[in-house]
Amino acid sequence: MSEIAIAGGRRAKYRPVTEDSPLARYALIATAVLFLALFLLAPLAIVFFEAFSKGLDAFLSVFHDPDALAAIRLTLLVAALAVPANLVFGLAASWSIAKFSFPGKSVLITLIDLPFSVSPVVAGLVYVLVFGGQGLFGAWLAEHGVRIIFAVPGIVLATIFVTFPFVARELIPLMQEQGKVEEEAALTLGASGFRTFLTVTLPNIKWGLLYGVLLCNARAMGEFGAVSVVSGHIRGLTNTIPLQVEILYNEYNNVAAFALAVLLAGLALVTLGLKTFLEWRHADELSGRARRH
Amino acid sequence: MRDVSLDIQPGELVALLGPSGSGKTTLLRVIAGLNSPDRGRVLFDGENATNLPVQDRHVGMVFQNYALFKHMTVADNVGYGLRVRSRRTRPSRPAIKARVAELLQFVQLDGLGDRFPAQLSGGQRQRVALARALAIEPRVLLLDEPFGALDARVRKDLRRWLRDIHKQTGLTTVFVTHDQDEAMELADRVVVLNEGRIEQIGTPEELYDRPASPFVISFVGEAVALPVTIADGHVKFGGHELHIDTHGLRSGPARVFFRPADIAVAAEGDGDLEGRVESLRRTPAGVRATIAIDGYDQTLEIDSPLEHSASLGGRVPLSLAKARIFPADERDAYVDAGDGI
Repeated sequence: MSEIAIAGGRRAKYRPVTEDSPLARYALIATAVLFLALFLLAPLAIVFFEAFSKGLDAFLSVFHDPDALAAIRLTLLVAALAVPANLVFGLAASWSIAKFSFPGKSVLITLIDLPFSVSPVVAGLVYVLVFGGQGLFGAWLAEHGVRIIFAVPGIVLATIFVTFPFVARELIPLMQEQGKVEEEAALTLGASGFRTFLTVTLPNIKWGLLYGVLLCNARAMGEFGAVSVVSGHIRGLTNTIPLQVEILYNEYNNVAAFALAVLLAGLALVTLGLKTFLEWRHADELSGRARRH
Repeated sequence: MRDVSLDIQPGELVALLGPSGSGKTTLLRVIAGLNSPDRGRVLFDGENATNLPVQDRHVGMVFQNYALFKHMTVADNVGYGLRVRSRRTRPSRPAIKARVAELLQFVQLDGLGDRFPAQLSGGQRQRVALARALAIEPRVLLLDEPFGALDARVRKDLRRWLRDIHKQTGLTTVFVTHDQDEAMELADRVVVLNEGRIEQIGTPEELYDRPASPFVISFVGEAVALPVTIADGHVKFGGHELHIDTHGLRSGPARVFFRPADIAVAAEGDGDLEGRVESLRRTPAGVRATIAIDGYDQTLEIDSPLEHSASLGGRVPLSLAKARIFPADERDAYVDAGDGI
């Protein structure tokens, strides 16, 4: 046996080739941390600070305002409608993309990404052009007494559009990676298609699905641009939390505006916390793409 | 797949053998009902199953990478086919449990029912997959490359084990493989597939002794091919005449195939061919010589007993004990050329 001495006892000075010098490392880390602190943490802290600047009572009094309460209710309602809709759509889209091959598949994938690339304001305007008073179906809708624009249906539609890709984008790579062989095994064992979906497909994608739903929900509650265009800003009726925050802020009602903003930020932080927990606990079951978010 | 017709007897163990892309897995999936043929029919016991959905075919399928349900325990995997039955035909919970335990014992995995597939070795996973397929009491057992993902030693053990399982269950079994040793050792009959069509169906003996096409002779076992011309019933290779029966063959270019064991060093002046010994290598049975044939740019290998071993670099006469001749460029047309000289 021959021995090869490479380390030569100077192990302390050994550095992997991919590791930079300490100076470069600390400089990079400091830049990232400083940037985050300045542009993300500081504003968030200011939101909380402003909200509580007049004391806890002033903060809580916002939640007695009927308009604010209506905004909170509407936001929850919109999320409760948009998220399940996109859950169903995301499952259908990722199932068909991952498990079948059909002409136009790549077009479908591109279309799913469309809401990511189109400005939310444009998305809102599209709905106004289609369903608004001067729009394509405007006259017909008015005749039948259906209000979509400047009403809740329009807000829900705009939110669905904007949050379209979250679930599908999360599931497509996951399902593609898993293939369909387990489903085939279930089918040969006599399971029906739906049974196979429930007992084989769903358990395999559940964490990815939950993750996609969380992201979708966060965006649905926080969406401003598209909702702003179709909402009409009717107080107590068509204002979601983000719109109400803007109105209060423009009226120099800082405490109220920031108090609602705290609520919104709180929802986002809870979502972020859940998302981090999922990543930590089920990293191997989420898709590779999920880990890079 | 092109014009494939295959009749499998009840209780038979059949291998679908072919290189990758030959359509063997596709054929298996058509039998299972996972792929549907563009045309043609699949019959089970004489009854048309072509339009029978996969769920109603009652085939036990063992997939190449086993396709175990990762999120279920071994026992839940095995019992899956029983649990998903409609309420009318579903056995009771204790009955399912008993059946699962029985199957796990049958595949020698008793006590591992609470494990998850990820906690098992490759060979164990394969046995879970088999138990799961057997649980539904299939009419036919289909295995896709059953030993493909295992290392060589486990493969050997499992081969014998699969043979035993087949004997014990008496199930009609079809398995796909690209490994000719595996097919020849296990199967009652072997179906050799190439480019989507069946080249030959036969027992291992038939495939070795009476290969039906150039593809079969070169895919099943080793073979050497020599380009020859047939003229007036005589087979010519370079200046030599090979003594092969050409009954029924047209004149023109052809190829002669023979196995390394079927060519031997002949007595001086008695051979069909002549060549120069390029290298000698000891094998368990004797000596394998690489010989450069006069008038041919490729070398061929022959097996000869020790006492006959020629000297390196020397010239030797060779005689063909057995050979098969096929017309060149006509892969389908073949003529049984009989057994050599």
